[in-house]
This record gives sequence, structure tokens and C-alpha cells, in this order.
Amino acid sequence: MKPASFDFLCPDTLEEALAALAEGGGEARVIAGGQSLVPMLNMRLARPGLLVDIMRLGTLRRIDTSGDEITVGAGVRQAELEAWTNLSRDLPLLAAAFPWLGHVQTRARGTVCGSVAHADPSAELPLSLVTLGGAVSLRSRKQKRKVKADDFFIGMMATDLAEGEMIEAVHFPKARPGSGYAFREIGRRHGDFAIVACAAVADDKGLRLGIAGVDDRPRVFALPALDDDQFDDALNDIAWSLNARDDIHAGARYRRELVRNLGRETLKEASRCRA
Amino acid sequence: MPRMNAAQRHVVDFTLNGQKIRAEAENRMLLSDLLRHEVGLTGTHVGCEHGVCGACTVQIDGKPARACLTLAQQVRGSDVRTVEALAPGPAELSPLQAAFRRHHGLQCGFCTPGILMSLDALLREQPDAGREEIREHLSGHLCRCTGYATIVEAALAAAEEQRKEETPNA
Repeated sequence: MKPASFDFLCPDTLEEALAALAEGGGEARVIAGGQSLVPMLNMRLARPGLLVDIMRLGTLRRIDTSGDEITVGAGVRQAELEAWTNLSRDLPLLAAAFPWLGHVQTRARGTVCGSVAHADPSAELPLSLVTLGGAVSLRSRKQKRKVKADDFFIGMMATDLAEGEMIEAVHFPKARPGSGYAFREIGRRHGDFAIVACAAVADDKGLRLGIAGVDDRPRVFALPALDDDQFDDALNDIAWSLNARDDIHAGARYRRELVRNLGRETLKEASRCRA
Repeated sequence: MPRMNAAQRHVVDFTLNGQKIRAEAENRMLLSDLLRHEVGLTGTHVGCEHGVCGACTVQIDGKPARACLTLAQQVRGSDVRTVEALAPGPAELSPLQAAFRRHHGLQCGFCTPGILMSLDALLREQPDAGREEIREHLSGHLCRCTGYATIVEAALAAAEEQRKEETPNA
């Protein structure tokens, strides 16, 4: 339960960080708040040769609100976004998700982008990003690219991040007036990883339902605006389309049942908020 | 700053319980181990070492945080407080600690230092914290013997006492 040994670099500039990541290749990992990575180090599920600490890079510690999206830099801690003045106005889905996200003690250190990089299939921030149709900005020494969140998550703790790349920021589309948002979750204990978490958006285009904890990555489904009694068939189809599995926390059948029930409640709440 | 070699120990300068301190640690050393084995402050307890149990909770720059999920090198320049900072003097207890004693907020005491550091931060940031906020902060801690009911009562009593002291005429 102690990390294996690694070199450590605490660069003063982003260029220095990117050069070290390029040089380190698959051996190098970024560390920000460490709330996802250090457990992996402690359990030796991750054994990087080099850790690059990006928390002293001031340019990454910004929440930028220009345009129609909220850009959260790689150095922004979860608690900082949670306490951001405009959160409930501009990102009501995140305001609803934060109480479920880890604990006060881990949000104080963990970063928003770190949780996205870790890509746990039951995690709240990747789910919210995918449901809102957000994006991830990736940067290496040679290039910058912006990937849609839905394309970024490719499997169980697997992402599109290439060797030598780091997440520079994530982008959440700003809430639009007349849209409704809701977030629900079932876990064994408050603050634990979700057995199933649902996020929903209701707007003039219809409904979007994001589901975490069932498939190997957060999945999002578009639905037409439905009457209450039409939800059941649509949710049943969604439940069966997900690759639900049995594990130590819950069975596949229970997870499908949660998708049906929690999904219905979340969609209804988002529709109500819109009205 | 140059790359720090895995095989060597490196200086960590930080503030610990109000005093500037210079310790040495390998890159892979956790803050919890630095505190216990290098500095010799064993009040911070180590339970699960993957961030679930909360026994190792300390305050970093005023915020409660897991010492087992923090590398020693990550606190360079930071202000770290441990449970040893709470009591005003030898054989004295802080108001929060005294409330725990009065209300049977601890039995074996293993989870207590972490809980105290979370609640100390809560009561400083939100002096009007009630049962709900206290339970929310406690959700990041596992206690397996005392029981949470008396821990919540102790925290509520400490909060009440702190409010009375701050408004003596109320």
C-alpha cells in the first residue's frame, strides 16, 4: 500500500511540463490533486517512472467564461469550481452533481480535469461532461486538439489521451435559459462511487439522459420529449442496450432496474425544472 | 526546477502546526508517512491508505485533506495542520476535543484525529453549521465502534459553545 518509486518534476512552465511528458512517453504521468492517481499509486495499479506536478502552473488554474462555454483549467480543484459564484446559474447540472462527488476532504484537493483523465465509469464529472455535450482540450509539445467528451472516453478508465499529451482544460457548455437539468445517484454510502448515476437535460431539442456506473464509460442517449407514461419503454430499451455487469457492489439486473427507475425520476425532474 | 531522482531523498519545506519545518522524503513518500515516521507526529492515523476511511485527514492550507492521498512533495510551501495543533497546551483540550470527551464522541479513538480535523475546519468556515453540514463532513470518515450519533452530538455541542463565545451578549 505504498507507491513504487518514481522520479518527480515540478515544472515552472507549461513548456517544461510538455517537454518532460514528450520525453517520458508512456512512463510519464501528470499529477494534479492526486485524488484519483495516488490511490492507484498506493495500490500499485499505476507504476509511472515520472510524475509531472502541474499545480504550480498558474495558467492552468483558471475558470474562463468567455463565449458559450465554461472552460475549466487543469489546475482547478473540484472545491474551487463547486464554490464558483456562477455555478448554479451557468452549470446547474454540476451544482446538482457536486454533493455526490467524493467527499469534502477529496474535493478540496482533487481537480476537475483529473477526474476526467481518470475516467472511472461511475464518476460524476465525466458523466456530466458527456451529458452536457462538452469537450476536452488536449495538448502535447507538438500539437493542441479539442475532442468531444463522448469521443474522449473510450472504455473502462481508458481515454483518447495519447502518449506525451495532457489535458489542458475541459469545456462545459453554458446552461441556456429555458433548459432543465437534474442529477440523481444511488450508492452504498454517500460519497462512494455510484452504483448508477443519471444526469438529464431537457431543452427545446428534447431530452438527453446520461448514465454512469453501468457500461464501461458514461453513455448518453437522446430522447424526444415524452409524456410520463412513454418513459418506461424508452428506458427499458436503454437499460438493455447498456453492457451491465455483475460485480461486488451490485448485479446487472439491479443496475438495469436502477436505470429504469432513477432514469425516469431524473428525466422527470429535468423536465419539471424546464417548465 | 530540476527533475528529482527516485533513488534520493529530497528536501520538503513547509509549515507544520504553525512552525516552519524542513523534512526529507523520497518522491514516493506519502504525507501521512512523512508526518508519522520522519517528523514523529503519530496523532495522524493511517487506516486504508486509499482515501476511503478518513483516519489520516489533516488540514492543508486550511482545508481538510487525506494525508494518504497526498505525496510529501506536494505540500512544499503549504501550511499543514495535524491533530497535535488542536490542544492549547499539555493536559488541555480544545473546545471541540472537550465536547468529544463529554458526549462520548470517541471510544477506541482510531478514527478520532481525522474526524477532529474535518470538524475543526468546518466549524471555522461555517460557525453556524448544523446537523446536516456536520453529517455531510462526517460522511468522509469511517467509525466502526463509537457510533456516529454521539459524534454528531459532540460536534453540535462544540458548535453551540463556539457560537456563544463569539457573541457573549446573545
